[in-house]
Amino acid sequence: MSEQQYAPGTHPDLKPPIGQSGLLFWFRKNLFSSPFNTLLTLTTLYVLYLVIPAATNWAFFDAVFVADSREHCRELGQGACWAFIDNRIEQFTYGFYPVDERWRVVLCFALFVLAMLPILWDKTPARRQMLWFSLAFPFIGYWLLVGGYGLEPVETTRFGGFMLTMVIGITGIACSMPIGIALALGRQSDMPIIRWLSTCFIEFIRGVPLITLLFVASTMLNYFLPPGTTFDLILRVLIMVTLFSSAYIAEVVRGGLQAIPKGQGEAADALGLNYGKSMRFIILPQALKISIPGIVNTFIGLFKDTTLVVIIGLLDPLGIGRASLSDIKWAGLAAEVYIFVAFFFFICCFGMSRYSIYLENKLHTGHKR
Amino acid sequence: MKTFTKAALAVAAFGVVAGNAQAGTLQDVMAKGHVQCGISTGVPGFAFTDDAGNWQGFDPAVCQAVAAAIFGDASAVKYTTTTGKTRFTALASGEVDMLARNTTWTFSRDTDLQFEFTGVNYYDGQGFMVSKDLGVSSAKDLDGASVCIQTGTTTELNLADFFRSNGMSYEAVPIETNDEARTNYTAGRCDIYTTDASGLAATRSTLDDPSAHVIMPEIISKEPLGPLVRHGDHQWGDVVRWVLNALITAEELGVTQANVDEMAAGTNNPEINRMLGAEGDLGAMTGLPKDFGHQAIKAVGNYGEIFERFIGPSTPIGLERGLNALWTQGGILYSPPFR
Amino acid sequence: MTDATVLTKPSDAFSLTKLWYDKKYRSIILQMIAMALLFGAIFYLAGNAVSNLEKLGKTFGFDFLWAPAGYDINQRLIEYDSRSSHFRAGLVGLLNTILIAVCGIILSTIIGFALGVMRLSPNWLVNRLSYCYIEFVRNVPVLVHILLIHGVIVTTLPRTKDALNFGDNFFLSNRGFFTPKPLAEPLFYVVTATFVAGILFAWYYRRGARIKQEKTGQQSPVFWVTLGAIIGAPIVAFIVTGMPLNWEIPELKGFNFKGGLALKPEFISLWLALSLYTAAFIGEIVRSGIEAVSHGQTEAASALGLPRGRTLNLVVIPQALRVIIPPLNSNYMNITKNSSLAIAIGYMDVVATIGGISLNQTGREMECMIIVLGIYLALSLMISSVMNWYNNRIKLVER
Repeated sequence: MSEQQYAPGTHPDLKPPIGQSGLLFWFRKNLFSSPFNTLLTLTTLYVLYLVIPAATNWAFFDAVFVADSREHCRELGQGACWAFIDNRIEQFTYGFYPVDERWRVVLCFALFVLAMLPILWDKTPARRQMLWFSLAFPFIGYWLLVGGYGLEPVETTRFGGFMLTMVIGITGIACSMPIGIALALGRQSDMPIIRWLSTCFIEFIRGVPLITLLFVASTMLNYFLPPGTTFDLILRVLIMVTLFSSAYIAEVVRGGLQAIPKGQGEAADALGLNYGKSMRFIILPQALKISIPGIVNTFIGLFKDTTLVVIIGLLDPLGIGRASLSDIKWAGLAAEVYIFVAFFFFICCFGMSRYSIYLENKLHTGHKR
Repeated sequence: MKTFTKAALAVAAFGVVAGNAQAGTLQDVMAKGHVQCGISTGVPGFAFTDDAGNWQGFDPAVCQAVAAAIFGDASAVKYTTTTGKTRFTALASGEVDMLARNTTWTFSRDTDLQFEFTGVNYYDGQGFMVSKDLGVSSAKDLDGASVCIQTGTTTELNLADFFRSNGMSYEAVPIETNDEARTNYTAGRCDIYTTDASGLAATRSTLDDPSAHVIMPEIISKEPLGPLVRHGDHQWGDVVRWVLNALITAEELGVTQANVDEMAAGTNNPEINRMLGAEGDLGAMTGLPKDFGHQAIKAVGNYGEIFERFIGPSTPIGLERGLNALWTQGGILYSPPFR
Repeated sequence: MTDATVLTKPSDAFSLTKLWYDKKYRSIILQMIAMALLFGAIFYLAGNAVSNLEKLGKTFGFDFLWAPAGYDINQRLIEYDSRSSHFRAGLVGLLNTILIAVCGIILSTIIGFALGVMRLSPNWLVNRLSYCYIEFVRNVPVLVHILLIHGVIVTTLPRTKDALNFGDNFFLSNRGFFTPKPLAEPLFYVVTATFVAGILFAWYYRRGARIKQEKTGQQSPVFWVTLGAIIGAPIVAFIVTGMPLNWEIPELKGFNFKGGLALKPEFISLWLALSLYTAAFIGEIVRSGIEAVSHGQTEAASALGLPRGRTLNLVVIPQALRVIIPPLNSNYMNITKNSSLAIAIGYMDVVATIGGISLNQTGREMECMIIVLGIYLALSLMISSVMNWYNNRIKLVER
């Protein structure tokens, strides 16, 4: 009985048995645990070996970052010609927004970040007051971008590039929120006609591709306006994008509404709350809370879909790329444009999807059955 | 549906931009202080953005000339980019005041679609470009080939007719933009690229080795390209027409961007004097300032100079004047007299 | 005292305030207002449309559909040439849309399930790689994917002259993938008939086997019988009738391959782009579906002594499918709708034909767009009703 005795809690940590820890063990456990797994690992490694050096060489080591034209690029290196993007980065960012007024776009974006802060992050200092600013932001943003009232007016045909993507995406989602919630409530309503109308609208919009709606906006909508009136193509696109995403938001919110136990609504009725109050204080806060991740996902989808406006001739980043590629100096660098645009969207959308996961985890407490 | 109609009603009620297309486009243009000009989304030499982000090219130059004629300021133009599909709607709805977007003047566009072509700024025709090593010398040898065409234009109808009437088969490869056509052609997706001969020359200039490609002698269609406006507003049509004519006449009479100021002071040639406003007041007859010709030429140069600057032999596009030479030099470019 | 009586006995008499405060009347009034707004808006918009059309001197009608279209379509499933009508052009486009949708749905499901399984793989490398793939692909717009893949296919595949040759029967170049084309002789209908009969028989046999199993617990060799009926019987019929099928081999003649079946690069790139893009979403759906089946279920199954294959087939997959099917449905609809982006690379789908070139040549924006919207609505409704039917079949029956 020479075994050593320890008081509870004082046992020193022993090393795991040999072969059960360390790098080698990790490799064996995660990569080579069975013949099949070994084969899989080796195949994957071979594929990576084929792809990664070629891709990095093209994108970085052989790439040209400063040049005046495509010929110049080709003289300097065989890889990607990022000099093209670099030369046109202002256009890719602001479109044709007047050079002297570009500070407005930057300011607007900064204010947008400030306005989103209290909405997205619940530990913002002075959140309540900040929320008022968030409410006022759409008007400030509109004023900053379009001008008037002391600022030089800038017509929307000069919008383009990533700025246009942002404007369409953000306006679309902001305007579609209230419409979407109204539609979701309408679809759940007791009144048959309202329910029927909402359902028809939602199913119609969800049944057709966005691009056909954009074609409607660009070729057909004018017929439905009083003779002689016309309005801005970007505005028409915004209306269509808003209607489009509101149908999707409505479905997300409806999912949230359906997840609320029936007892909640009945309890509100029993307390004598009317429809508006029971929605405002009982149902919607709970339903919206669980649908936030879905709403963020809808927004990511909408944000990606803004690229479709290039097909009706608006100059989003892809459109700017096309117009720039018509300059003989740079013609033929389409791959660079697409990869650059893909990279931009990846950063934005990946960031948003991380945020959505963070929210999901945060909201999971207390609602997990 | 409800929300849709509500939104539509709200927008209609707020009357976002209630421009009245009927009551004199010229007055509207003057009131808003700029010409709204529809252009393409990019054709080398004809419309492209420079490094500073301004639209340049043979087509925007016409818009700039019109703006200069009205306001004396070539920068009073705002551009709306249009695709082959959206261009006519944009013009018909009054979204743009004029369209300068290599658009072919055809009977049905003039009558059925209700537009007014105000002249021809480029006489074009549909041609074929092939690689030299295919060893093809005539378009009649193209049986079975793959052909890249831009959709939404008259070219695909011409192409179908051409191959059909010659009893040949082909594979049509529809393409949205010039740049994609270039990619497809250089990669060998198609053997032939067909579009207006000017576009072919422009595209050829952007290829790695332009001399390895030939544009076939056959021109299978007539494509008179010109600016157009809506039917029914003759005053505005006259403005655009005579600004274009002024550019052409200026070349004929030797008025250039460099000497126009000097000539505007008065010359021995009464027609120059009338056009530049030194004598009489032709401008007033169509609601323009007296010196509209002077301003337009000063802003963009005469027709020959514009041609030379964007698409002529000294540019990479390297188009010859050909049909577009003045009638005095063997072409068919001919402006009615300023009288 | 009086207050109490008033509260307990609301008067039945009608009063104006009741129109708003009584729930029943209020809902009627609200609905009437909604209808009035709707009809007002319809009349207003229709009136505008009529007066606008009048002003432009246009008429509304679908007569133009019967006029010759005048343009050619390179990929067509039915006979078509430039003298055919706009209607036929639209039909060609519709069939192309359906083709790309069906092919896309099949391929994206296969890749998506593979990705989902890879995401759950114990192999760290495979796991991480599929994660990176999913995250990258689904955060980039589908239009960029389409343009990029099309560019890659067109620029990296060899030209026609240097086409990759697979045993003199299959050729791959940047003009497409060419395969031999089956040419049926008259007797071939016997094989087709056998095939249809085989499917009917298999369906009937499966039903019988299920009823038998529910009654007696005896199992029948369903799989082998099905296989024999659907694949074996037609093969036998094929051999018995003397192989009534010829193959047309593609051959390089002049500029292009002649004969055979061709998958055009536009089709291939759209198909790949849509499938790879949607597969990333399906992969995530499959992963969460499988993860949603609690571990206890698998453990219970192995405690009952079920082998691993049966555990998957009878326990895990049926439960995972319940979670997977509804979002899968919306992804299938997305493929169908995203196929409209074909227009960006020149695949002639319904948006490119009737909603594109026909619209452009005839100037009939309204009619063409109505047709296109109607077609997509019908397609979406079809997909979702099929998927709903399937969903209802597999969903948990609560007793």
